Amino acid sequence: MSAPSLDVSGLAFAYPDGHQALFGVDFSIERGERVALLGPNGAGKTTLVLHLNGILTGGAGDVRVAGLAVAKENLREIRRRVGIVFQDPDDQLFMPTVRDDVAFGPANLGISGSELDERVHEALGKVGMAEFVDRAPHHLSYGQRRRVAVATVLAMRPEILVLDEPSSNLDPASRRELADVLRSLDVTVLMVTHDLPYALELCPRSLVLSGGVIAHDAPTHELLAAEALLAQHRLELPFGFDPRATRTGAL
Amino acid sequence: MHVPDGFLDVPTSLATGVVAAGAIAVALKKSRSELNEKAAPMAGLTAAFVFAAQMINFPVGVGTSGHLMGGALAAVLVGPWTAVLVVSVVMMVQALVFADGGLTALGTNITLIGLVTVLVGWSVTKLVLAVLPKRPASVVPASFVGALLSVPAAAAVFVLLYSVGGATELPFGALMATMLGWHTIIGLGEAFITAATVGAVVAVRPDLVYAARGMSQHLVLRTPDGQEIPATAVEVADEPRRSIWPLAVGGLGVTLVIAGALSFFASSNPDGLEYVAEDQGFIAAAEDSAVAGWSLADYGEVGGIPVGVAGLIGVGITILIGLVLFQLIARRDRDRDSVSA
Amino acid sequence: MGAGHVHRLYRHGHTPVHRLPAHVKLVSLLAFVLVVVATPREAFWAFGAYAALLAGVAVTARLPLPFIVKRMVVEVPFVVFALLLPFLAAGPDVTVAGLSLSQEGLLAGWNILAKGTLGVVASILLAATTDARALLLALQRLRVPPVLVEITAFMVRYADVITGEMNRMKVARESRGFSGNVGRRLGVVATSAGALFIRSYERGERVHLAMLSRGYTGALPVLEVQQAQTVQWVGAALLPFSALVVSVVAWMTV
Repeated sequence: MSAPSLDVSGLAFAYPDGHQALFGVDFSIERGERVALLGPNGAGKTTLVLHLNGILTGGAGDVRVAGLAVAKENLREIRRRVGIVFQDPDDQLFMPTVRDDVAFGPANLGISGSELDERVHEALGKVGMAEFVDRAPHHLSYGQRRRVAVATVLAMRPEILVLDEPSSNLDPASRRELADVLRSLDVTVLMVTHDLPYALELCPRSLVLSGGVIAHDAPTHELLAAEALLAQHRLELPFGFDPRATRTGAL
Repeated sequence: MHVPDGFLDVPTSLATGVVAAGAIAVALKKSRSELNEKAAPMAGLTAAFVFAAQMINFPVGVGTSGHLMGGALAAVLVGPWTAVLVVSVVMMVQALVFADGGLTALGTNITLIGLVTVLVGWSVTKLVLAVLPKRPASVVPASFVGALLSVPAAAAVFVLLYSVGGATELPFGALMATMLGWHTIIGLGEAFITAATVGAVVAVRPDLVYAARGMSQHLVLRTPDGQEIPATAVEVADEPRRSIWPLAVGGLGVTLVIAGALSFFASSNPDGLEYVAEDQGFIAAAEDSAVAGWSLADYGEVGGIPVGVAGLIGVGITILIGLVLFQLIARRDRDRDSVSA
Repeated sequence: MGAGHVHRLYRHGHTPVHRLPAHVKLVSLLAFVLVVVATPREAFWAFGAYAALLAGVAVTARLPLPFIVKRMVVEVPFVVFALLLPFLAAGPDVTVAGLSLSQEGLLAGWNILAKGTLGVVASILLAATTDARALLLALQRLRVPPVLVEITAFMVRYADVITGEMNRMKVARESRGFSGNVGRRLGVVATSAGALFIRSYERGERVHLAMLSRGYTGALPVLEVQQAQTVQWVGAALLPFSALVVSVVAWMTV
């Protein structure tokens, strides 16, 4: 049995101004799973995510990615294994062309020449954006930029893909396109989201982060059916959505 | 105003170039203790801020203009060594891309606006901090005073450099008085903006202010039921034990030696002091000075071969001094590095 | 001219000058300026020759004269100084157009004006034909210490972020009816400088986090190798070399 894709134990963290965001987070995700991380605004989800590739440190606890500890000496490999797609694609697309942005990651790993080109085409192909390779990112639509942002991370062939609010601001067609892409990928997925229907559609399992700890860890459809639990953690289903009546694609 | 090409003569430009290059080399080594992963973009932002601040021009008498320097602000935010790098980068980009400041005057501009303001700004800030309570908020008044004094200091060094190697002689006393006067006022403006910026940053993100390091309380992590969790990682940057004084003494020392040595090779036109002396009748007394006996003491203006020779000798001396100083600092650094490695 | 408008200095084109790798242009420019500054100021004709050389480059790069002149505005402070020197400097006087001017001051003023202006135009030619990214990679290639290149790269990025934030804050202020005299405006600048700093930092911080997450460790990744052909080096060397010839002749005949 191989090491879990992600293993977090006892993670605690406080900001420089003294406010403590995480009080001891424990969870583990096996290879190939797709897991949603739910929680109200300000619960510390993004803070937690930033610990997964060593951007935030200085607290207490342990994070391991496929057995490798997140520590200063392993950062290069950790950042290859953990691919974080941030909420705002414009924060991730900072090069003049799509090709340059997707190549940025592998180039930092030392890949160059024809192998670099291969990686770029492979990653863009996986998100269905191969023909946009020489365009400027700001000429693409929001949904297209989202997908290119995912490609920039896929080009590094990560072990686990971490997405922060992947469906935010997407129109329904783009949402569906992104969902199709995520379903087709052969990689572990951790998705931070408010979008409960999206979580139900793509992730069989969900974690609820509340009060700085993992309050619940259960199959998504069970969590969404427990109204009292949702209310307790400020999670709300959209108007008219009944989880029990939905044909879930994740099951 | 950034000094353009041709403002100061070749020996002075080269000498300040040596000082600047030496300072950057030292700063590169020593800034490694200040720069961590997140500090590089902070340095870049500070550089952009300093760049923007320097766009604010004030007309100063004698047909020049003064502007905000930003050296003190940079030192307080990212540490003195990184600040030297930050201001040098700003000077380089302004000279290369915006044609603001001559390329051959880069050494002069970096020395004045980079070294002097950072040096004076940081030293004064540290002095004031030493007498204030150890709280992050103390950085605000400290940086105010540091910035206030850094600007006239740079102006004074500029006048000194000009008196040594200026394109032409101007009355030294009058020039110094005018420059100091105006730049003290500019210093006030600089002090307000520096204090305001530092104050805003330290209130929200004290972790971003270098001068406030080691002043926040130690963070204690707790479990949900209130028990203390022992911290596994300690991320407190060590305050570098190395003092900036070797650089200060070295840099200013070289500059003063230049002033002294080159004054022997000064132009045959009476400089400001001599002009006044002639006027007052003191010149007869100076006639018997030992210097008059030197074959190079009176030489033609820039353009004649004899001047070239004198210039070369001047340059040679200053480069030698600069190299020796650099070696001394580097050796001391290597010894320290091998001890603390 | 402003902190965030590096791209405005650049004028897109496909001339041989634009195609020269940035590090070649940089070295050529530096050599040229060094030669100019070392020229004796009495050799008036030499400066005319230098101006002609620069004009040649401008023509090859298809840069229109008004474009260049507009960007020479940065000169104004030291032009004023240069013009005042003949009136302020000490030394023997000479009568010009009825005015008694210092001869030394005239020569010194001319020195500053000529060399300073040539330096400014050379920089403008470089900036107009080279985009920011190419310039950064050129610095990296010329073995400028990586820390300095990194700081420069972030500075350029942040310059855009700052101007964006400043505009946003300005719009917000004016939408709430603010319009003040110089004093009030300066007060606003001072107090908002701090807020501007933090906002700009946090905007840029997210991009930096994205860069770190994709393995960035400080060096700009080289995505395509910029090899300079010998022909290009020779072509670029024409400028400083011709200047050198002029300078040597000037030294010998002065």
